[in-house]
Amino acid sequence: MTTSSNMSHEPLFHVVKHQERSAVQVLLLRLVAVVCSILAGGVFIWAIGYNPFAVYGTILEGAFRSEMAIQATVKFTIPMCICALAVTLAFKMKFWNVGGEGQLIVGAIFASYFALFCADWNHWVLVVVMLVAGAVGGGLWGLLAAGFKVKFGTNETLLTLMLNYIALHIVSYLQAGPWRDPGANGFSKIARFAKNVALDKVLGVHFGWIIMLVLVAAVWVYLKYTKQGYEISVVGESQDTARYAGIHVKRVILRTMFLSGAIAGIAGACQVAGSDMTLSMGVAGGVGFTGIIIAWLCQLNPGMILVVSFLFGVLEKGSSVVQSTFGLSSDCADVLQGIILFFILGSEFFVRYSFVFRHKKGGAR
Amino acid sequence: MEMLVKFLVAAIGAGTPLLFGTVGEILNEKVGHLNLGVEGMMAIGACAGFMGGYMSDNLFVALLCAFLAGVLAALVYAVLTVTFMANQNVAGLTMTIFGVGLSNFVGVYMVSHSENSTLKLPAQISKQLQNIHIPVLSDIPVLGELLFSYNVFVYLAIVIAAVCGVYLYRSKTGLNVQAIGENPAAADAASIPVTRWKYINLLLGGGICGLGGAYCGMIINGGVWISNSVNGLGWIAVALVIFAAWKPHMAILGSFLFGALRVLKYYKVGFMVGMPDAFFDMLPFLITALVLIGTSMRGVKGTHIPAFLGNNYFREER
Repeated sequence: MTTSSNMSHEPLFHVVKHQERSAVQVLLLRLVAVVCSILAGGVFIWAIGYNPFAVYGTILEGAFRSEMAIQATVKFTIPMCICALAVTLAFKMKFWNVGGEGQLIVGAIFASYFALFCADWNHWVLVVVMLVAGAVGGGLWGLLAAGFKVKFGTNETLLTLMLNYIALHIVSYLQAGPWRDPGANGFSKIARFAKNVALDKVLGVHFGWIIMLVLVAAVWVYLKYTKQGYEISVVGESQDTARYAGIHVKRVILRTMFLSGAIAGIAGACQVAGSDMTLSMGVAGGVGFTGIIIAWLCQLNPGMILVVSFLFGVLEKGSSVVQSTFGLSSDCADVLQGIILFFILGSEFFVRYSFVFRHKKGGAR
Repeated sequence: MEMLVKFLVAAIGAGTPLLFGTVGEILNEKVGHLNLGVEGMMAIGACAGFMGGYMSDNLFVALLCAFLAGVLAALVYAVLTVTFMANQNVAGLTMTIFGVGLSNFVGVYMVSHSENSTLKLPAQISKQLQNIHIPVLSDIPVLGELLFSYNVFVYLAIVIAAVCGVYLYRSKTGLNVQAIGENPAAADAASIPVTRWKYINLLLGGGICGLGGAYCGMIINGGVWISNSVNGLGWIAVALVIFAAWKPHMAILGSFLFGALRVLKYYKVGFMVGMPDAFFDMLPFLITALVLIGTSMRGVKGTHIPAFLGNNYFREER
């Protein structure tokens, strides 16, 4: 009895840190998490009265059933992947840029300016100008947040978040005001771009996917093999160390955030000129946030980002087919993404920590 | 004058869901958790509240459903970030994506299984949701309209905010809780049960967000279920926490002010007439951004962010 009263003050379990697990163990852990999340998703589907195998089967089949379906899947992948690459640069530096959404939108606005008012330019000149404009727009929007961060220490998570909405409402201003299409029967929307503006199709999908692949390689090389990339990771590890090593921390933060925003801006340019052919409030549609999740899921590894973005693309495209086949809302993509993420977030814990339960410890005494 | 009263009444209505979200998020942030999942928890609350009300035809059941759903969502977030020490930004964003998705998904499912493809709240609960009318008091000119002419949510929100203000700033427990957000290691050393209070605050905050969601689900669209009823209000709530300087009683003021900004475009006067609606929609975010920058510039005392905000606490690494 006395021992139990002694132990009653000890919590049921406590957390201990252990050595980092091997790469194989980590991979296995993640795999278990993904399997668990698929099971949990299955239970959810079953609970509302559908056959989980049929629904999962439809997602896979829907994403790959035809050439057109695969093209659509790739189209979903492009902005998510590019946005994930964008935030990767910032996250490596432990700068919490949750403004991918806003940077994409401003990039899209800059690109749209040329698409609307310079549509008669030579096609290739126009395409290059649009992509550069997108990059500059997104970059400046990123730079804005970084500027306040280095100057005053303003919280970057909250500021970039606000900038997302400010950017969104700039679009709403443009479509109701100066860029409004007079031929849209009173609707506030921006006119469809001229054919000359459209990004060329390669293998049936606008060449944004080539840009995406180039960016994957570029970000990988930049982070791994360049001096600037190295500076980013030193600043991310410890700003004091970076300063001691003679790195100009503020300059690194400003430069990296410009690049981060610029990449998101390119995604914006690809969306308006490749996919949507107009600028609307839905231009980003949450991919800035999904990109953050993908980047984190892949531990900022560009190669993995490509793979996981494609898987998320499958989920998005497949869910739209689920919608037409079962009458279930395509929002199930978001639900499944959420469930997968929750499990992986949870599993991450076991990479570095484990639980020690009370009775075990008691037995050891 | 009549126009002004109408404007103020509309502002308070539009500010109410924000007040729930803001107070919920303040409870979160005071224990050091920057929860970006407010939007998601509100969406889940909206769905649970509406469906609860739709099936039971009872306002109390609806509110209970919304609150519990918010608590449940917050529990997921709390287990991940407190016990499993997962990244708060990612966990919160995931909660938002998941919550909004789930809410819309369940909504579409229910609509497709309803008799005439619409979901409308039944008669009794609709009546309970109407603006109150207290004999004599509500009939006082101007004052009656300004103070005694709202639906239940408005009063509930103000009471909750007041109670949370007392809890955080006027009680010993609340001061302990604040210590957790400033320096969990010191709080732990002073034998404040850090984990327990983190859970309590996160769950309570989630429940309050859920109630705010119920407002969006049941009131904004006039008792008919429409997807995306929360539509970004959760994000404004996150912003409002900064504006309110982490104080619930300031949140009351701030919410109604932001509510006023939200409805201002319908009540333009004088120089405002020529300005585009989009500018007014942007104002809450723009002002928050400016406040954020302004406070960081001057390092204003007493309005600072809880020092440990956004960081997880691992007690064996003190």
